[in-house]
Amino acid sequence: MARAVTTQRKVIATAAAWTIGIAIFFPILWTVLTSFKTEAQAIADPPVWFGFDWTLENYEVVQERSNYFRFLMNSVIIAVGSTVLGLLIAIPSAWSMAFVPGKRTKDVLMWMLSTKMLPAVGVLFPIVLIARFLDLYDTHILLIVVLMLMNLPIIIWMLYTYFKEIPVDILEAARMDGASLRSEIIYVLTPMALPGIASTMLLNIILAWNEAFWTLNLTTTKAAPLTAFIASYSSPEGLFYAKLSAASTMAIAPILIMGWFSQKQLVRGLTFGAVK
Amino acid sequence: MGRITLDKVSKSFGEVNVIPPLDLTIEDGEFVVFVGPSGCGKSTLLRLIAGLEDVSGGQIRIDSQDATTTPPAKRGLAMVFQSYALYPHMSVRKNIAFPLKMAGMDQAEQEKRVDYAAKVLNLADYIDRRPGQLSGGQRQRVAIGRAIVREPSAFLFDEPLSNLDAALRVNMRLEISELHNNLKTTMIYVTHDQVEAMTMADKIVVLQAGVIEQVGSPLELYQTPRNLFVAGFIGSPKMNFFSGQEAAKHDAATIGVRPEHLDVSTSEGLWKAKVGVAEHLGSDTFLYVHPEGVETLEDTVTVRVDGEMALRHGDEVWLTPQDGKIHRFDGAGLRIA
Repeated sequence: MARAVTTQRKVIATAAAWTIGIAIFFPILWTVLTSFKTEAQAIADPPVWFGFDWTLENYEVVQERSNYFRFLMNSVIIAVGSTVLGLLIAIPSAWSMAFVPGKRTKDVLMWMLSTKMLPAVGVLFPIVLIARFLDLYDTHILLIVVLMLMNLPIIIWMLYTYFKEIPVDILEAARMDGASLRSEIIYVLTPMALPGIASTMLLNIILAWNEAFWTLNLTTTKAAPLTAFIASYSSPEGLFYAKLSAASTMAIAPILIMGWFSQKQLVRGLTFGAVK
Repeated sequence: MGRITLDKVSKSFGEVNVIPPLDLTIEDGEFVVFVGPSGCGKSTLLRLIAGLEDVSGGQIRIDSQDATTTPPAKRGLAMVFQSYALYPHMSVRKNIAFPLKMAGMDQAEQEKRVDYAAKVLNLADYIDRRPGQLSGGQRQRVAIGRAIVREPSAFLFDEPLSNLDAALRVNMRLEISELHNNLKTTMIYVTHDQVEAMTMADKIVVLQAGVIEQVGSPLELYQTPRNLFVAGFIGSPKMNFFSGQEAAKHDAATIGVRPEHLDVSTSEGLWKAKVGVAEHLGSDTFLYVHPEGVETLEDTVTVRVDGEMALRHGDEVWLTPQDGKIHRFDGAGLRIA
């Protein structure tokens, strides 16, 4: 009896997991499929599933009309730049909060998290004004700094929880073994924190890559990343679903591939401490 | 060499005074055990000696050199942690070699010493494994290996056996004692287990609330405890205390008699009692008896009798303390000589 119940439960859980998984994945699948259709097939009612004339025409048009690689390079520069800058600031901060906490450390952490609760649009106007004032509008440096600031609380929190997992005993053991602060950091702390730093970096690159609000509002042409590339296919041209889909597919492909290869790292990063 | 002197050393965390000023000298080659109930400051005292905590006042001298503000890395002491604190990303070999590497020793000498330590500690078969692949006992050996290779002037042990199961604990206890006999290096060992203290120590330091209650050899503490706390803490099962009239007969506020110093008879004796629980260990039997008409500090009196003695729950017995085995304490709990 007990066995029957568990089997039944397993079946239900599996079915539910698949349903949710497919529901989440479906838009991406549909986008990819649509990108290979003609514009007519893309808006056909009832929709065509797989039995359409597969074509690369949309990709050709998109390639011809806009310089994909320029947008791609902008995305890479902004995502990697903001991540590296973020880590440079976050590692020492997380380090000090994890290993030399003060009276207000908890409050500081909560305050940083609370900044994520503010709607981004609430600070849009001042940031645009500042950007204009500093003559930084539509530049890489502006986006790198803004996206870094937006994601900084998350990076610090992730690193903080990682560093917290490193037993202080081990650091003390290194000190007893004659390690200087420098050796302690190079031979003991860094190797132990490396998986954490790596998954934080991966997650932050993804967050920065997908960020649309700031990238759309703070760029026009020069520094515009792939999000702007997709957006350029939506409204002004009327409804070209197939081309929009082709552009979207090209924009998400690099990050999707990166995510696929690093999923183990990412899952470990996001559930660290909870599962172990 | 490893002579460690604490001179009026004190420690407070914020407002909380954990260790009031305290003096202690640990001679070269001694095996000293800090023992006391949890929260008595024994681990803090060890960490002060290690340099992992800063003293709030006083001076620490290692071999007559002032080491009060010397960082832990420069004190020349080795420590074995309760959690073993091995480096999880390094093999056993690299773990043991780490202090040598930090000291900048040449590769050949490093290998020689690591191999020797591995042989002595039976770790040769696991030398290339990571700590995660080892059992608790093996991990503890690696931690000890890491401590001995660099030939420190003293070893500090912070409750090293409390994460091991009972059988292994006895083995490791013997191994550490053996190690001390071979190395003859100063060892400071922190434990809350008075059996470990009694069996391993040359000198026991009994601590309570950061205060040293008594310092002495295991037998000194057993035979002449300085106060009620030490009397009750050292010895297993613990000493029985009697107050009121019985104590007054001996001109004391409290008298103490150890379980092994009470004679039991079924027919006659000084104090009448009823047997409660009897624990049969084979060689000995511990009786927990309820005395009648005698004032005691606890509900039951513990008596150690021969394993052959057949007594059961509810039996009536008579207890008589052996001559010269009565400890007398005054109103303040101090021993009356």
